[in-house]
Amino acid sequence: MAEAFKFELVSPERLLVSAEVESVVIPGAEGEMTVMAHHAPVMTTIQPGVVTVKAASGGEERYVVFGGFADIVPAGCTLLAESAVAVKDVDRADLARRIQEAKEDAADAKDDQARSKAEQFLGQLTTLEGAILPA
Amino acid sequence: MPSLKDLRNRIASVKATQKITKAMQMVAAAKLRRAQEAAEAARPYSERMGSVLANITQAVGGGGDAPALMTGTGKDDVHLLIVCTAERGLCGGFNSQIARHARDHIRRLLADGKQVKIICVGKKGFDILRRDYASMILERIDLREVKTLGFVNADAIARKVIHLFNEGSFDVCTLFYSQFKSVISQVPTAQQIIPAATASSAQAESADGASAVYEYEPEPGEILSDLIPRNIAVQIFRALLENAAGEMGAKMSAMDNATRNAGEMINKLSITYNRQRQAQITKELIEIISGAEAL
Repeated sequence: MAEAFKFELVSPERLLVSAEVESVVIPGAEGEMTVMAHHAPVMTTIQPGVVTVKAASGGEERYVVFGGFADIVPAGCTLLAESAVAVKDVDRADLARRIQEAKEDAADAKDDQARSKAEQFLGQLTTLEGAILPA
Repeated sequence: MPSLKDLRNRIASVKATQKITKAMQMVAAAKLRRAQEAAEAARPYSERMGSVLANITQAVGGGGDAPALMTGTGKDDVHLLIVCTAERGLCGGFNSQIARHARDHIRRLLADGKQVKIICVGKKGFDILRRDYASMILERIDLREVKTLGFVNADAIARKVIHLFNEGSFDVCTLFYSQFKSVISQVPTAQQIIPAATASSAQAESADGASAVYEYEPEPGEILSDLIPRNIAVQIFRALLENAAGEMGAKMSAMDNATRNAGEMINKLSITYNRQRQAQITKELIEIISGAEAL
């Protein structure tokens, strides 16, 4: 049994999780990462994706986040999500709308840089949709 | 002297008004609780955001790669004011207080020869500022249709502001809103959001020595350029929530006053009504008695 540490998931609207957890999987900017206790201090942006929280008391919860930041220190981890919902409460229509918007963004992008950024974002969203659909 | 019938009508109408103000007060009280909860729920995010921002500012160290949103354009000529007020009236001096605060600020800026641009959030502030500064108002953001204030609303405003900034249409951006102190006291506040006020983050840095060993993914500058716009949205969101709570608080106390005044008015009118009725009865009695005596 791994050591527990403090994890907080906050969205602008509310504090979703504030609990002792064993490990957290975060969709970081440079790939997924698992955070456990005594992690080296890292600050990273997060991509749209699924955050998996393994509680110290056992049990696993999954949340969908749409971009944000993670602030990781040895004593704990704070995830500032732009928007976060538990996987079971995900609004499919909302996700579809976001994908639609991303598609439009990619289509209207003026230069290559903006287009590749928009397409990357779209790719992340589609992966996300694929990941939660069976759930 | 109004007739008995007139008085009766007045009393009935004041009573009806009192019922309305009482109902509005209760509605405001219920909404206030919800708004307060929303404001409290949003607090952790903006607090964490502040500390993250402080850490990262230190890492970047105000170097050349700090984004312009934070350092400003280096000029101080064109000011953008975002004036957040309520969409509805009947909440005492709430809206006019914010508008007055903004107006004082505008006057000061104009006296210094600066250029002023205004974005109004909420109908009431727009109505007040339109009278004097119609030509300066760039836009009016309407939140009347919005049932529950979400982060998306604030984000949309922030995006507009950042877009304007990138176009170079202003140098300094100040947010006007009403800080929610308590149900009976809301303080109109001006907060500068672009360039970001760094005084508070400087303090946080010195308190937290461990932040120097942070690893950043991707580079600090890149995170910062993502973080600052979000911070602006968060600040606006917080202002909107505080405003919502303040509006309901102000409305509640205004309606409480109105209910009490209506009660007083009813009392006074009832006394006049009773006196007059008694006077009429006495007058009729005297007429009858003197008529009987004359026989």
